[in-house]
Amino acid sequence: MQVSINVNGEQRSHEVEDRTLLVHYLREECGLTGTNIGCDTTSCGACTVLLDGESVKSCTVLAAQADGREVTTIEGLADGEELHPVQRAFQQKHGLQCGFCTPGMVMASVSLVEENPNLTEAEVRAGLEGNLCRCTGYHNIVEAVLTAAKEKQGAAE
Amino acid sequence: MIPAAFTYKKAGSVDEALSLLAEHGDDAKLLAGGHSLLPLMKLRLAVPEVLIDLGGLRELSYVREEGDEVRIGALTRHHDLEHSELLQQQVPLLAHAAGTIGDPQVRHRGTIGGSLVHGDPASDLPAVALALDAVLVAQGPSGTREIPATEFFTDFFETALGEDELLVEVRVKKAPQQGWDFQKFTKRAIDWAVVGVAVAGQRVALVNMGPTPMRARGVEEALASGASPAEAAERAAEDTSPPDQAGASAEYREHLAKVLVRRALENAANRGA
Repeated sequence: MQVSINVNGEQRSHEVEDRTLLVHYLREECGLTGTNIGCDTTSCGACTVLLDGESVKSCTVLAAQADGREVTTIEGLADGEELHPVQRAFQQKHGLQCGFCTPGMVMASVSLVEENPNLTEAEVRAGLEGNLCRCTGYHNIVEAVLTAAKEKQGAAE
Repeated sequence: MIPAAFTYKKAGSVDEALSLLAEHGDDAKLLAGGHSLLPLMKLRLAVPEVLIDLGGLRELSYVREEGDEVRIGALTRHHDLEHSELLQQQVPLLAHAAGTIGDPQVRHRGTIGGSLVHGDPASDLPAVALALDAVLVAQGPSGTREIPATEFFTDFFETALGEDELLVEVRVKKAPQQGWDFQKFTKRAIDWAVVGVAVAGQRVALVNMGPTPMRARGVEEALASGASPAEAAERAAEDTSPPDQAGASAEYREHLAKVLVRRALENAANRGA
């Protein structure tokens, strides 16, 4: 089937098998390998991307379900050389160790901060329940999200 | 992992979904949020030849008041139930329980109708629907019919929904003053409940204590005859047949059910007007 998806602001059209998963579409058809495949079972969150601005696990969405919609991957966050505030906060607070979960963590955090910048630490931890860090580096990840949330609150005031 | 090959069809309306269902019958599966079905398809536990995607049916995504009821479109996502002010005020149990399902990514996709129709005894919303005495509205070729939640879950992953029918709406009574609570015990935050309990007033329903979600009739009887939460909770495992698995034995779940029912009843009593 033909799918037409706006990926990171660029309208793309590809012929795919009906059963193609969004994560495979992004990595193999679009060449966007920033989105990692971790558990492949909707558990780990490594493959998290934004679908119409909301976090989803792209291993459990068909490319066909994203037809006609907008997808944002980790590659689509920065504005040229300018990092997205959440990316910058992950860098500043060193919200990563091995880095494998990072693209998914960042995308889940972007969605979380967008929905509610007025986050408490408990809400950040609950909001990232769907993302696993095998290095167990959660402390700095939570710090990074709180930093990004504060920055967004500051910008809104 | 990718699913076995299938033909994807997108339904543009309820009528189109019903006619696709009539055309493909047994070979077809309906796809809502896909967070129960797609994992099963990746494991080849479900191998439909045709997948009918309902995701475009915006007409079935709503939460609205109708007299003394709140009516919820079957394709309303968990995220939207969680954040619905109407539900938070009028049916807080449902808004709260929806906000505990899976994780935010799952709640951005999963729907109330998909969860109920899947009929998984380990899912949260079927027990919540039982505790709320919800009425489920099914639409088929000959029109709509109402199915009480208490008659909907017939067996392990089996429901009273006909093969040619689509669940279109869930109706619940407004009950802003009623005591309520939802408890579940999970090993990891995103796991299915080892055991869960939904309480709405004097009604109590259990997650993962048998082949179907079920009402805890013994507990309800005890409450009706004036038992305290602690006394009533002692009857939580009556008439249940919980799964007996390496991670959690049946005996453990029976014990857990009593503990969680007691907590839920106590919290509900504190919340009730």
